[in-house]
Amino acid sequence: MDSLIYHSPALIVALPLVAAFAIPLISRAGYRARNTFSLVIFGFITFLVAALAVDVHSVGIRVYTFGATAAELALPGGYMVPVRIMFEVDGMSIFMGIIITIVTLAALIYSLHFLKGQTGQARFYSLMMLLYTGMMGLAFTGDMFNLFVFLEVASIAGAGLAAYRTNMADALEGGFKYIVISAVSALLVLFAIGILYSQYNVLSIAAIAHYMQTPTTLDMIALGLLGGAFVMKLAGVPLHMWAPDTYTVAPAGTTPMILAASYTSMYALYRVTFTLYGRHIDTAAIGWIVIVVGVLSMFIGVMMAVHQTDIKRMMAYHAISQGGYMLLGVGVGLAVLANPVALASYGRDAINGGVFHIINHVFYKALLFMTAEAIFFRIGTRDTNKMGGLARNMKWTAVFYIIGALAISGIPPFNGFASKLLIYETVLKFNPVLAVIAMFVSLVTLASFAKVFYSAFTGPEMPAYREVREVPKSMIIGMAILAACVIFFGIFPGLIVDNLVAPATEALINQTPYINAVMGAVP
Amino acid sequence: MSALTYGYAVWAPIIWIIALVVIGVMVLIWRSRGQKGYKKGTAQTDIFLSGAKVPPEEQRHVKAANIYWGFFESLKGLYNAMMKPHTGIVNDYIMWFVAVLAVTILILVLASL
Repeated sequence: MDSLIYHSPALIVALPLVAAFAIPLISRAGYRARNTFSLVIFGFITFLVAALAVDVHSVGIRVYTFGATAAELALPGGYMVPVRIMFEVDGMSIFMGIIITIVTLAALIYSLHFLKGQTGQARFYSLMMLLYTGMMGLAFTGDMFNLFVFLEVASIAGAGLAAYRTNMADALEGGFKYIVISAVSALLVLFAIGILYSQYNVLSIAAIAHYMQTPTTLDMIALGLLGGAFVMKLAGVPLHMWAPDTYTVAPAGTTPMILAASYTSMYALYRVTFTLYGRHIDTAAIGWIVIVVGVLSMFIGVMMAVHQTDIKRMMAYHAISQGGYMLLGVGVGLAVLANPVALASYGRDAINGGVFHIINHVFYKALLFMTAEAIFFRIGTRDTNKMGGLARNMKWTAVFYIIGALAISGIPPFNGFASKLLIYETVLKFNPVLAVIAMFVSLVTLASFAKVFYSAFTGPEMPAYREVREVPKSMIIGMAILAACVIFFGIFPGLIVDNLVAPATEALINQTPYINAVMGAVP
Repeated sequence: MSALTYGYAVWAPIIWIIALVVIGVMVLIWRSRGQKGYKKGTAQTDIFLSGAKVPPEEQRHVKAANIYWGFFESLKGLYNAMMKPHTGIVNDYIMWFVAVLAVTILILVLASL
């Protein structure tokens, strides 16, 4: 058992990678064998993630060096710099790991029945495992080059999943757009890594942060390239336009996974701004850039969302808008990072709010995307103009939609309220105008979801949908897992913030343990 | 464990839920004391549309595109401006990316000087 936990950082990434290539072979034995294999392997990975989370919570940062005599030995004997591929799992990494794992588990269960009768299922599950590999690798990696590698793995798998339904023309378009913006972003990430490598001769995040004393102009150009690329991938306004095209067409279970992939890019943005650069530069300018992107995302995202009549497109714009809240909270913390008084007064809570909103949003948005696909699964359209009275025959879907809609609108006691409350109150202290905008956006969010609820679920029974039935059980279970998370996180926010969010925030604010875990012995 | 304690106050969802249940019970009690003469299936429950003929059920549903019509009409200018950049053309997305990148790098370099 100890050995399993010891090697868990590597296993969590290696197992889904192996599974991705094994699935097409196992599929030859039938769909039952494939589904059972996928569920068993992912159940085991979930167990490993839980065990690693407990370990990181109780012991602290875990360094896993590939090829070293002992995995925790970051520096080879006689070397002053880390040269091997390395995973470094701290509070923020495992926080992302938990999010990605729960969403993937729900998506996997949801997809079991959703895909029934469709072709190319083996490839679908392979891509799903590859996307999980990419996201987890990105969250765990301790060096910049592998950050690029895992970003690419996640992008390629995500694009494949977005374009999975090749019988729909817009699916191919959505997948194509995703791969184009991902490729351009990844290219600039690689260019930025090249700039950093040319200056410091190392690729380890901890080592670069250790050696970067006074950032040069080239360092700042690298920061701009990395920041721009990650904002593009996380769909921050004005670089958000690909997101509705891609999220809308991806099959049910995978839309939440592509959303989670966007937030791993947000994680990468935070890792770069806090851990890599946070110690050496005044982060006020970066903080304000993040705040401006956040406010634009909130406002333009929600105003575009309320205007949509395609249910998934509406939700995609809301994903952009909710991403704005996360950026706003963390941006405020970043802006006051160099000011200990402001950081203690409200900066830390602002980051807590922004980070807490990531996990909350992923759960309720994944739930909402699944309800939208449940409707599409049964009636074959995403157009809300053609819907009506669906709550009569799809009661579970309607209940899950209500839970998700109330959570995203910040209605207590659902999880969205707790994180939004932290953001409102801290941002109010920083700049009241920003807090007012955040509250207005929540109001429009509620109006937007009320509009869809009214047009899709209420009203008289439509003759065309008289025979519509509730979705199959596996789809209900997938939604139920997420709904349970939304309710649990809403009722026990203190438990989540103390044990999951606060360690992640601490990992962002205090970069020294992350750097010392690798470079501790180096002067 | 349940309450979220932060810099200024405490958010206790369980207390909020208890308060909600109490209010709910009070509303039900109030409702039970209301008018008892209501009869289902009579003219009392028919829709009155200023004397006009009521359309059949499936035609009475307000479509999504018609909801908040006034809101969108009054913000037409804002929406026209917001829709313009959403061309759906991937070349435009990359153009925005290049522009944002240039501005960001400029700000960061100037701020570091």
